[in-house]
Amino acid sequence: MAAADVETLLRQALAPIEPPAELEQRLEATLDTLVERAAGELEAWELSSMRDPRNWPRQAARPAAAVVVGSAAAVGLVALRTQRKRHRRRAASSSVLDLAERTLRDVASEAGRIAERRPGRR
Amino acid sequence: MAMEATDKRRLDDDFSDLYRAHLRDVYSYSYYRVGNHHDAEDLTEQTFLQAYRHFERAQRESDGRPLRPWLIRIAHNLAANYYRDRSRKPQTPIDDAGPLSEPISTETLVEDRDDLKRILECVQELPDDRREALIMRFALGMDNREIARALGRTDGATKVLLHRSIRQLEGLVAKAEGPTDLDQIEAAR
Repeated sequence: MAAADVETLLRQALAPIEPPAELEQRLEATLDTLVERAAGELEAWELSSMRDPRNWPRQAARPAAAVVVGSAAAVGLVALRTQRKRHRRRAASSSVLDLAERTLRDVASEAGRIAERRPGRR
Repeated sequence: MAMEATDKRRLDDDFSDLYRAHLRDVYSYSYYRVGNHHDAEDLTEQTFLQAYRHFERAQRESDGRPLRPWLIRIAHNLAANYYRDRSRKPQTPIDDAGPLSEPISTETLVEDRDDLKRILECVQELPDDRREALIMRFALGMDNREIARALGRTDGATKVLLHRSIRQLEGLVAKAEGPTDLDQIEAAR
């Protein structure tokens, strides 16, 4: 058999294969887990330690990083879903963003409340 | 230095583009490496998760070059681990590992063609590096430079590798086909 024949047959035999639809769904679900993990990081953040102003700079970095990771991963998912026009999963993705936004608001609110309680401000 | 949210968002957009552009490539490569859909799906998933973790660095170091070789190299390394960890050998492609959601035209094509089935069986007999080079060239349409980057070789070494792979495959196919009528006539003389 000539090399040209082998190459022609190889092109036919090794044609690209479309991935199953389940794979995309599974991959998205796994990425969802990453987003949830980032949200969990926010929830686990100990607000009580914020009561000591000396901890503020150090503590502030951790939830901020979690917000960035969570929001950015969600944005990535939204982009994928928009492309594929799958509206049914878009709601779940935006709720993660909502969670991150609500948590940020709570953090700001709590920090403000703690700051008001500091001695000397009353 | 902490990454800005806008940078992270742009990075994720880029990753989404990469994912959409090369999901089929990674899946095809994985499938032809492991020989069944179940493990090919796992391998594809792991490849993209690992790529996601290291995407920022890869993008920074790529100097604008395409990231497909990097992606395939991840799949290549994971496939090597897959065989090592589970002490498995590549299965004959086009098996029936499980029900598929959609018919895959390639499989149907191969099942109906003995010559294609035979050539795939011969591909499985090749040494790992030769088999991988052929998968990258013919299933993914990668050029020599891309294959070289994916395999961590020079362009020249990759060209030689591909040439030898095809030569060896020709020999294997000829052997599998057995003597032709013409050969038998020649032998009888």
